[in-house]
Amino acid sequence: MSASETSPLEAWTALQAEAQQRERQRATGHPIQITVGLASCGIAAGGMETQAAFAEAIATQGLPAELRTVGCCGHCYAEPVVIIDHPQSGFPALFYHEVNPGKVHMLVRNFLLGGDPCLEHVMGAMEANDLLPAVNDFARFGLEKRIVMERCGRIDPASIAAYLADGGYGALASALALSPAEIVARITAAGLRGRGGAGYPTGEKWRLAASQSATERHLICNADEGDPGAYMDRTLIESNPHQLIEGMLIAAYAVGASRAKIYIRAEYPLAVSTLEVALAQARQHGLLGDAILGSHFGIEIEIFQGSGAFVCGEETALIRSMEGFRGTPRHRPPYPSVSGLFDAPTVINNVKTLSIVPPIIAKGADWFRGIGTAESPGTAIFSVVGDVTHPGLVEIPMGVTLRHLIFDVCGGIPDQKHFKAAQIGGPSGGCLNETFLDTPIDFDTLAEAGAMMGSGGLVVMNAESCMVDVARFFLEFTQKESCGKCAFCRIGTHHLLTCLEALTKGKAEAGALELLQTLSEDICNGSLCGLGKTAPNPVLTSLRHFAEDYRAHLEQQRCPGLTCRPLIAHYIDLEKCARGCDACVGVCPVAAVFTTSTRKKGIDIDLCIQCGECIAACPPQYDAVRVVSPPALAPRVERPQTDPPKNAEEG
Amino acid sequence: MVELIVDGHRMTVPPGQQLLAACLAEGIYIPHLCHLEEAPRPAAACRLCFVEIAGVPAPQPACTIRVASALKVRTDTPAVRRLQRMALRLLLSAHHIDCRRCHANRACALQSIARFLKVGLHPKPLMAIARPDEVDRHHPFIDHYPRRCVLCGRCVRTCRNGNDHPQFSFTGRGIDTVVRHYASNLALDKRCSECRRCVAACPVGALQWRREGAGASESVD
Repeated sequence: MSASETSPLEAWTALQAEAQQRERQRATGHPIQITVGLASCGIAAGGMETQAAFAEAIATQGLPAELRTVGCCGHCYAEPVVIIDHPQSGFPALFYHEVNPGKVHMLVRNFLLGGDPCLEHVMGAMEANDLLPAVNDFARFGLEKRIVMERCGRIDPASIAAYLADGGYGALASALALSPAEIVARITAAGLRGRGGAGYPTGEKWRLAASQSATERHLICNADEGDPGAYMDRTLIESNPHQLIEGMLIAAYAVGASRAKIYIRAEYPLAVSTLEVALAQARQHGLLGDAILGSHFGIEIEIFQGSGAFVCGEETALIRSMEGFRGTPRHRPPYPSVSGLFDAPTVINNVKTLSIVPPIIAKGADWFRGIGTAESPGTAIFSVVGDVTHPGLVEIPMGVTLRHLIFDVCGGIPDQKHFKAAQIGGPSGGCLNETFLDTPIDFDTLAEAGAMMGSGGLVVMNAESCMVDVARFFLEFTQKESCGKCAFCRIGTHHLLTCLEALTKGKAEAGALELLQTLSEDICNGSLCGLGKTAPNPVLTSLRHFAEDYRAHLEQQRCPGLTCRPLIAHYIDLEKCARGCDACVGVCPVAAVFTTSTRKKGIDIDLCIQCGECIAACPPQYDAVRVVSPPALAPRVERPQTDPPKNAEEG
Repeated sequence: MVELIVDGHRMTVPPGQQLLAACLAEGIYIPHLCHLEEAPRPAAACRLCFVEIAGVPAPQPACTIRVASALKVRTDTPAVRRLQRMALRLLLSAHHIDCRRCHANRACALQSIARFLKVGLHPKPLMAIARPDEVDRHHPFIDHYPRRCVLCGRCVRTCRNGNDHPQFSFTGRGIDTVVRHYASNLALDKRCSECRRCVAACPVGALQWRREGAGASESVD
C-alpha cells in the first residue's frame, strides 16, 4: 500500500476497528472479568500470589472468568488491588483492596460461585450505581484529575489492542495530518512545561531543536528516575507504555528527529520489559519503523539502559553516558537542543512530559490551558509518601494547595499526629513548613519557597520527624551520587554532610549553622550542573523554615523530633509500667531491659541503642515507654545486682 | 575582531576566542586549574576562573565563555572572590598539605592561587578531609598520589587528546572520585615512557615520574 492511498487517520481507524473487534472477542465467552494490578508496587505487595490464587481457582473450579493484568492505579495503600466485573451477579464492577490469597479463596467461594460480593471487603464500585458507593465518591479517587494516568490501572499494558480500542494512537494519526510546525505551535500554545523538574517550556525546546540546521536530530526520553521515594515514571511505563511511545512519535515528528531513544535505568526491569513488548507490538502494527500509519514519516525507538547513576538524569550527563563516556555533566550552553547527542540537536523530555503530549494533541491547547494555573497549566503527578493515610501516586491540577493534597486527597496524617513538614522534589527540593500549606503548588511558587517541583516526590512528615536528619539523609544521597567532577559538588556536599552529621550527634561546633548557610549558597552559585546547584536545597530550606530544630541540636544537644539516636534516651515510666509484664524484655535486641526491685521494668541506658522496639512492644493500655531528648532528662533507674546484664548474643 | 574591556583594560580578540585564554594572553591573571588550551571543550571542573560580565547576574567561569560580542568583564568583584575563595578552600580541604615533602613545592598551582587570593593553606573553618596515605603504583612508570590530586582532569584530558588509548580515567563517585590507570597493554605503556605529558600537565604534584627501570610494583590496594 503506498502512502498516497490511505491517510494516517484512515489507517488508524482501521487499526482501531480491528482492535475493538479483538477486545470484544476476548470479553465474550468470559462473563467474569478479574483484573489484578501488577506493576512493581502491586508485585511488591504480593500481587503475584493473588493472581496465582485466582488462576488456580479458575482452573480447578472451571470458572468462566478471564484473569487480566493491568498496571498501577496509583492507590499504593490498597495494594494488591483487584477489580471483579461479574455482571450476572447484579453488581457493578467492584474494587477490592489488599487482596491476599486468603481473600481470593473467600471471593471465589462467596462471590464468583455464591453471588455474595463480600461488601465488607469492597472499597467501592467502579461506576455510579444505586447499590453501593462508587470509588469516585471517595476523595482519594474523586478529587484527582487524571490526564496522564487516565488509563493507568485500567488497560492491560501488554496489549496494544487495549490501548488502540480505547482511542490510543488517535492523537498520532491526527498529528501526522498536521505540519511539524503546527504541532510545536500547539504545544507552545498549551503552555506545557517540562515535568522533569525545572519546568522549561516544552514547545520552546522543540522549536529550538527544530530550527537548527542539521542533518540529524535526536529525541531522548529521560526515564532515569532516581529521586528516593519517587516512582511515577516507572509506574507510567509499567502501566501504559503506549501513551509514552505515542507521545515520543509525535515529538519526533514535530522536531524532525531521525533517531529516538529511551534512557531508562536498568534497575527497572519490569518497565524495560514492558517497553520492549510495547515497542515490538507498535512495530507489528505499523506504528513504528518506516511509513508510520502509511505516512511519509518513519522512526525507530530504541531502549538504552543506564546503570542507575542519579547524575545521569541531568541531561548533559545522560548524553555523555549514551555516547559511551563516564556520565558527567558538561557546561551549558550549548544546550542539548542546539548541540546534544554526538553534537546533533537533541530534545530530551521526561516520561511525564511526553505522555501528556497525546492528550494535548487530541483535545487541544485550550482544553489543557483550562486545567491548572495560567503559568503552569495541566496536572502534576506526585508520589505522596511518608506520614499520610493514603499514600501513592496522585494526579492533581497544578495550583491546588498542599493542604488540599495532603489532607483532602490523601486523607491527612494518621494517628492524630500533627503536620510538621513536606519535602517536595527529592534531593533537589526543599522542606516546607505548615505556613506553606495554603500556597498553591506550581513550578514558580515552589521555586520561590526554595523548593522545586522536581520529579514530584512528596514526603509528608509528622511532628515526630527531625529536619536536620532529613537534610542529612538527602545530603548523604547527593554526596554518594555526585559525579565528582566539580569542586563545589564533590567537596562542598561532603563538608555539608560532615557538618549535618555532627549536628545529629550533638557534636557540632559554634558557627556550624553559619558555615552551612554560606557553604550552601556557594555550592548553589558555583556548581557546574543542576545536581550541584540544587543539592543544598534541603539544607537551605530546612535552615530557613526549621531554624529552631537546628538551634536545638547545636545549642542544647536536643532533637525535637526525637529521631537522632545519639541525642535521645528511652526510659520506662514506672507509674505506668505493669508489674510482671515482660512484653518489652524479649524484643530488646541488646538485653537492655531489666526488672527493677518492684518487679517493673527499667532500661539500662549504657546498653540501650535507642531502636524503639520496646515502644512498639509495650501494650497500649500501659504505654509506659518514654523517649526524651537530651538523654540527661531520662530518670536513671539502678539495675539491681540480682539482674546483671546478659550478653545479648548468649541470650 | 571583538572588543573586550577587562577590569578597565581594553583589548580586541577574534570572535569565538575563549575569554579565559584571551585574558591570560593579555597578562590578566584569573585563577584556574583545569584549563587546557588545546582541549576542544572546557572541563569547567575546578570552578576557580569565575568572572563577572556586565548584564549577566551571576559570576560565570571564564573558560566557558566564547566571546561573540563586545563584553565588559570584571575579574575581582566580591561575588567572584567569594566563589573563588570557597572553591580554593574546598580544594585545599581535600588536598594533603605537606608541601615540604612534595616534589611540586614552590611550583604548585595551589600555592600560587592561595597567595593570589590571600587564602591560608589550612582552609578554616573547613576541616581537612582525612584520606588514606597511599601511592597508586598501577602505572608502570608513573606514581599517582591521590591525596594530592585536585581532580582537575588535566592528565586525563591531555592523555585522551593525543592518544587513542587513554591511560588514565576517573573512577568512583562523590568524595571518593579518583584518577586511575587501567590500561595494561605493554606496547601502549611503552609510549608513556616517551610522552610524559600527563606529568607535566599536573598542577599540584599528584603525578610523579618513577625512577627509570622500576617496573610496576605490587598492587597497593
